[in-house]
Amino acid sequence: MAPHGNPEAPASAASEINREAPKVAATNAESTTTARASGPDATSRGAQEETPWSLWEVFVRSSRGLSHVHAGSLHAPDAAMALRNARDLYTRRNEGVSIWVVPAEAISSSDPDSKGSFFESPQGKDYRHATYYTKSEGVKHL
Amino acid sequence: MTTQETAKDTDFAIEGHGDISVGVHGAGASGDGSASATRITPGNALRPEDIALEIQRGKVKPSEDVAEFALRIGDDGLILAQRLGHWISRAPELEEDIALGNIALDQLGHARSFLTYAGAAWGKSEDDLAYFRREHEFRSAHLFEQPNGDFAVTIARQFIVSFYQYELYTKLMGSTDATIAAISAKAVKEVDYHRDHSAQWVLRLAGGTDESRARIVQGFKLVWPYVDELFEDDELTTRLAEAGVTVQPSSLRAEFDRLTGEIMAEAELEIPGVPQTLGGGRNGKHSEFMGYILAEMQVLAREHPGASW
Repeated sequence: MAPHGNPEAPASAASEINREAPKVAATNAESTTTARASGPDATSRGAQEETPWSLWEVFVRSSRGLSHVHAGSLHAPDAAMALRNARDLYTRRNEGVSIWVVPAEAISSSDPDSKGSFFESPQGKDYRHATYYTKSEGVKHL
Repeated sequence: MTTQETAKDTDFAIEGHGDISVGVHGAGASGDGSASATRITPGNALRPEDIALEIQRGKVKPSEDVAEFALRIGDDGLILAQRLGHWISRAPELEEDIALGNIALDQLGHARSFLTYAGAAWGKSEDDLAYFRREHEFRSAHLFEQPNGDFAVTIARQFIVSFYQYELYTKLMGSTDATIAAISAKAVKEVDYHRDHSAQWVLRLAGGTDESRARIVQGFKLVWPYVDELFEDDELTTRLAEAGVTVQPSSLRAEFDRLTGEIMAEAELEIPGVPQTLGGGRNGKHSEFMGYILAEMQVLAREHPGASW
């Protein structure tokens, strides 16, 4: 579910997925021009009215001291609602103490097709590990 | 916050929680780097089962008045949960589907606790009260049984409900009845989120398109007539207020008006100038919608009494 693809072109899976599914969100061009500017995020909301909800990636910290770990993704109209949807979708069973949401399109990811050149190079390079080296005589505390 | 701390001081025991963690593979709280983001734990909170256990042990038993009061707020939650449950698989977005489902389940949880407690006065279980009472025996206010309408109507109804319930449960945390206080202390955190959820949507619907704004305006017009009933005092609340079990519903009105007013002003919405209904839900007089809700809710239990699944 995580975005992937060419690092040159950040994943824009959000809009692709959204277009395929029927949505209730207003797509009427008229309504955009008469959008009211009130309440929080009025400007960003206005800009998003024509497009369906965008995709967000959710990171959940399960307890204090741990890192945030990718839990999944969701659709939301803006960051504030993304956080709330994340709370509703991914922490229903007491999974988290903290949530991050990140617009999926803000994530650049490595290309699965270049796994060889990206990740196989370090294989066999034992000398990059401390265990490769023998302990020198007389050195204590190693 | 001070009231919340007071509630913790109640001696209501929360027990009976074994370790029912599921799907945990050595990812303890020790800071295991491989701990899953979706690690689930039951957590510790007051459950209806805990209350049933206390009742069974003879540790708690509500007076007739307290039971009648618990029945009122329990029925509010029960009927609303039934209404909100109808949204499952029908909400505008999958995310909202789950959000409304969560709120429904929260309400059902409160209802189970309050009805379990109320039932102790009459030797009845939560199921006896939910499934085997007739319409005139339900004590919920009319707002809770109002039809879902479109999404905006549901949000308008939820907005009023959650701000009302937040004020009520906040006060009930200081109740002289330890069980009422304990249930409310658990409920108030959940209701606080319901406030946020509905307020966010009121702002967005009001500030969205002409269509969404027209719908939320219409939604408020439809549900606002049922506001006054929530804040009506009667003989029962007067007696219980004197005993310190609850406060007079009318005393919650000022804060409700102030807080909802702030959101309405931010959304540039007006409080609808609509006449108020007569109410009567607290006395078992319900609107025409109630019978259909009960029919749907009770049919299975009545067709197959004692069935479990």
